Amino acid sequence: MTSALNIQPAAAARRRRIAALGALFAAPAAVLIVAILVVPVCMLLALSFTDYEIGAIAIRWVGTANFERAITDPVFRRAIANTLLYVAIVLPGGVALGLLFALLIHARTRTRGFYEVVYFLPVTTTLIAMAAVWQFLLHPRLGPVNAALKALGFSEQAFISDPKLLLPTLAAIGLWQVVGFNMVLFLAGLSAIPRDLYDAAAVDGAGGAVDRFLTVTWPMLAPTTLFVAVTTSITAFKVFDTVAALTQGKYGSEVLLYAIYLEGFQYFKMGYAAALTVVFLAFMLAFSLVQAFQLDRRVHYS
Amino acid sequence: MTSLAVAPSEAEQSAAPRPGHLSLGKAFALVATHAVLVVGAVVMLLPFVWMFATAVRPPSEILAHPLDPFPRAFHGVENFTQALKTAPLLKFMANGVIVCAGILIVQLLVAIPAAYALAKLSFPGRSLLFGLVIAGLCIPIQVPALPLYIALANLGLLDTYFAMMVPFFISVFAIFLFRQTFKTFPDEIIQAARVDGVGEIEILWRIVVPSAWPAIAAFSVFSVVAHWNDLYWPMIVIQRLEYAPPPLGMLFFTGTESGANYGSLMAGATIITLPLVVLFLIARRRFVQGITMTGIK
Repeated sequence: MTSALNIQPAAAARRRRIAALGALFAAPAAVLIVAILVVPVCMLLALSFTDYEIGAIAIRWVGTANFERAITDPVFRRAIANTLLYVAIVLPGGVALGLLFALLIHARTRTRGFYEVVYFLPVTTTLIAMAAVWQFLLHPRLGPVNAALKALGFSEQAFISDPKLLLPTLAAIGLWQVVGFNMVLFLAGLSAIPRDLYDAAAVDGAGGAVDRFLTVTWPMLAPTTLFVAVTTSITAFKVFDTVAALTQGKYGSEVLLYAIYLEGFQYFKMGYAAALTVVFLAFMLAFSLVQAFQLDRRVHYS
Repeated sequence: MTSLAVAPSEAEQSAAPRPGHLSLGKAFALVATHAVLVVGAVVMLLPFVWMFATAVRPPSEILAHPLDPFPRAFHGVENFTQALKTAPLLKFMANGVIVCAGILIVQLLVAIPAAYALAKLSFPGRSLLFGLVIAGLCIPIQVPALPLYIALANLGLLDTYFAMMVPFFISVFAIFLFRQTFKTFPDEIIQAARVDGVGEIEILWRIVVPSAWPAIAAFSVFSVVAHWNDLYWPMIVIQRLEYAPPPLGMLFFTGTESGANYGSLMAGATIITLPLVVLFLIARRRFVQGITMTGIK
């Protein structure tokens, strides 16, 4: 009787001690999240309604003027259009090629390791350094790509200074880097498909390779495919390095992040840059929502 | 389309290998598969091959034989010496090591206790903190960059290693990943350790953390690759070359060397690219794991 009475306050004391420890363990992270994420994001939203410039004496509340200016700003409109075009090439290309190479590599036994290394190599490399290499590869006079075009009887192309070719060229470099990443994700998805599903499909008459792909592989890979599509969209939407390295926004190659970088950190128009960043954040949140829906669905299915 | 669909039938074959009985159709599919893979591999490797070939050949060859992947004369020593003279490449890499190590150490020291608290300890504000972690997952560095820059400028902290590292001291992704991993750790073992009088800090670092080693290693690889290659944030807070990490240094190098000497430029690119390629070849499994674990996100 007495011991039961003694346990309860002891248990309560232990719970309190655990709660105090939990708060203590989480405190540094909580402080940093507030200081580095919460406060700056709130400040960003506030800044986007002001005309703040670094070095300016006064700061004025300008309402939605920054956003109205953005809508009519030809540079910003071109940046959005370019970014969306870039995503429109890299997203389907990155998903399709990642899936294709994963399907082909998944079935290899002896050569699988070799192909994995080769296709993954671009993912790890410093894109700025490789951008310099691509610039050389695509050089009108010195590069092997144009030399090959000429040897085959085509005329040489100014891949980087020709506005029509510039974005497809940047997208090709983006694809070169993202395909290996997607391939690894698809390979993980493929190994998770139970082998007996293929046997069952064979019994049901789905014997051909195309049938098997359509009845088993493609539906079973759906969550992976959606995830790959979302991460590829986010990566593509954040295109910056190749633009900074190859054109610095010249030849009409502005993209959203480069426009923000120029307005905020070169011209120091903080208010306007904040408004553009809010637009960027809205796109990021939209992509994340798609991902959240996908997670939801995955939970229901499994 | 045929080659695309080869995968399952190939898998069956490896389950019951009968090399002598390869039918004509399957042989054709196998050849087509390798043809596609080899073409892809050539495209993937072309920049690396050309970078290295150009880094070791004399300038005259670049003009005379733009299509030849094999150098005829060796000019590597001159190109690499020239590259190291033009820009302090080794200094850039030392900066990269300092920044990546600093970021990773603080990330782990902050995220591991927080993740443990979220996974195993109930405390007031736990769900709020977890909500912030989830929300933080969809906010890339470019969003808080402007206010953080203004704050660092006002504090006179631009052009420091601290400025380059501070936004990344918190990794909500690490907290999320480690929380998922710690959650699978059996409660009974923790309870038993508590009964034995083992302190909570010791339980975390001596018992729970070692069991989560694969996740921690995978995150570390992910973090180092991300920050070694990051250009956006260093480009904003670093003006002075002596603090530049490899990507920013490379950008400067491309600017000074553009068009003049591709041999030394490619030698510089080789030097900058090499550490991560070597790291990848050594720790290939961890790289792949790192990516598939981010796939849980």
